[in-house]
Amino acid sequence: MDFNLNMNLNEQYGKNKKAAFDKEALYDMLIIGLGPAGLSAALYAKRKGLMVGVVSNKVGGQVVDTTSVENYLGIDFATGEGLVEKFMHHVQTLDVPMLKDADVKSFEKTESGFEVTLGRGEVIKSKTLIIATGSKPRRLGVKGEEAFMGRGVAYCAICDGPLFEGRDVVVAGGGNSAVEAAIDLSKIANSVTLVHRSEFRADQIIIDHLNRQSNVIIHLQTEIQEVFGDGLVSGIKVLDKATGEVRELKVEGLFVEIGYLPNNQLVIDKLDLNNRGEIIVNALNETSMKGVFAAGDVTDTPYKQIIVAASEGAKAALTANDYINRG
Amino acid sequence: MALLNEQLQGQLKEVFGSMKNEITLAVFTKEGDCYSCEETISFMKEIEALSDKISLETYDLEKDSERAGDYNVVMAPSIVILDSDKKYRGVKFNGIPAGHEINSFIPGILEVSGVGEALPEELLAQINALSKPVNIKVFVTLSCPHCAGAVQKAHKLALESDLIDAEMVEAQTFDELSNKFNVSSVPKIVINDQYEFVGNQPLEVFLEEIAKTQ
Ligand SMILES: Cc1cc2nc3c(=O)[nH]c(=O)nc-3n(C[C@H](O)[C@H](O)[C@H](O)COP(=O)(O)OP(=O)(O)OC[C@H]3O[C@@H](n4cnc5c(N)ncnc54)[C@H](O)[C@@H]3O)c2cc1C
Repeated sequence: MDFNLNMNLNEQYGKNKKAAFDKEALYDMLIIGLGPAGLSAALYAKRKGLMVGVVSNKVGGQVVDTTSVENYLGIDFATGEGLVEKFMHHVQTLDVPMLKDADVKSFEKTESGFEVTLGRGEVIKSKTLIIATGSKPRRLGVKGEEAFMGRGVAYCAICDGPLFEGRDVVVAGGGNSAVEAAIDLSKIANSVTLVHRSEFRADQIIIDHLNRQSNVIIHLQTEIQEVFGDGLVSGIKVLDKATGEVRELKVEGLFVEIGYLPNNQLVIDKLDLNNRGEIIVNALNETSMKGVFAAGDVTDTPYKQIIVAASEGAKAALTANDYINRG
Repeated sequence: MALLNEQLQGQLKEVFGSMKNEITLAVFTKEGDCYSCEETISFMKEIEALSDKISLETYDLEKDSERAGDYNVVMAPSIVILDSDKKYRGVKFNGIPAGHEINSFIPGILEVSGVGEALPEELLAQINALSKPVNIKVFVTLSCPHCAGAVQKAHKLALESDLIDAEMVEAQTFDELSNKFNVSSVPKIVINDQYEFVGNQPLEVFLEEIAKTQ
């Protein structure tokens, strides 16, 4: 029996309780998002002596939903949650005020900087903004996907995997997340079929691992066309691109792991985006609006990785610091 | 062998150091076929031993049916956390709160003991306006990292109102109930067995769904 105790409970309830977030203050820098990009930016900004605050609707971002991280320099193995605890602990030692359960709805430019409106209508003022809102799972966009969401169509393998114990499931995708999901699910499900419309994009080291599982079937060059069922998923229709044949796979679960879409709702119509909807940033993490910086998965910086997001967050904070000092 | 290793025991002792008032863990098990009942009792005994402010009472779902009725307990294992007046405040766990659910169970103990932040005024006003009973079931799996957050929110709402009863339901232990509510993604939140949503949503979303029951 495992117990995954969150080590930051002491900071939430105990004597190490942290500074409350002052909603009336004028911040030098307000960071939106508590993933690796936002946390790293907070660390750098606070060390520069800036008055910095962070607002997010979830702690740790996507890292929390990751089973294991094995490619962050200096940490040979960590659970996603364990890594977030380390990140949070590090930032909390500097007492950065955080609002952890707040949605940012919009922001406006004002004379002194920006006014950021939260879900409950409160307004926070800051001289600069760092957008570190990350990304969310991309959907397949096929018939039935939306209707069966939460009824067999799932986007978090470690969360929902146990509900498919002994059943037959499909994983859609061919990147690292898909292959990892398939490996995790193979330990719980009766069978796992990995379906991907082209070739593998995952690291060879984990493809090898997948190939060692006896209850995994792999269909590459295969496209999912439809999810069907009666109340709950009972199968999917796939097209074999080589033969042109359409087949039905009888499965009760479909785990979609086909990449990510930027969380750009806040900045649509405000900042320049590329054709994937990602915020365009330069090497200094500046966006098309003065005083607004962006970092991590929400930007057009290639390679969506924790270490990349963390380093981009650091750069964004340093650039913003220079911007504030120039006055 | 102890379920909680020494390191974890040390960490929990420290966390429990910030408890304000005493609390009681009332645990319901049943004889015969009861998945994880034994483990749940051992786990609770270990928790009790970590703080003077925590005491444990064990009951049998059938033999102590009256007591079970007082706390709306209908499954086993089930844990309810009682405050220093031994009053049920609507904080309940069905199934063992191990894995990631330790992160809703420990905050549950702390909150019932009287520590924790107050909810924003606007939300309190909505909660105080309730007039009919509300039951919140939060279906979870023990490997779901963000499910505990949803359970914590449900319990926080329960602590603010005598009308709200909030319970974690471990979906694998109670698979019949989960099948009844078509649980295939967690956290799945079901209100008064009728209104539902999926995901660790903001408190506003909980309150919107709750409003439909009034
Ligand atoms: C299953 C999975 C496995 C992965 N495995 C690995 C791995 O092994 N190694 C690796 O390096 N990378 C991995 N990644 C990728 C890595 O997690 C991301 O690249 C990284 O988390 C991006 O960090 P970020 O800070 O840019 O964004 P995120 O981690 O997405 O964090 C953004 C945060 O902003 C919040 N937010 C968004 N919009 C708003 C708003 N309007 N108001 C308030 N808050 C908001 C979000 O809730 C979130 O907390 C994995 C990803 C997934 C999903």
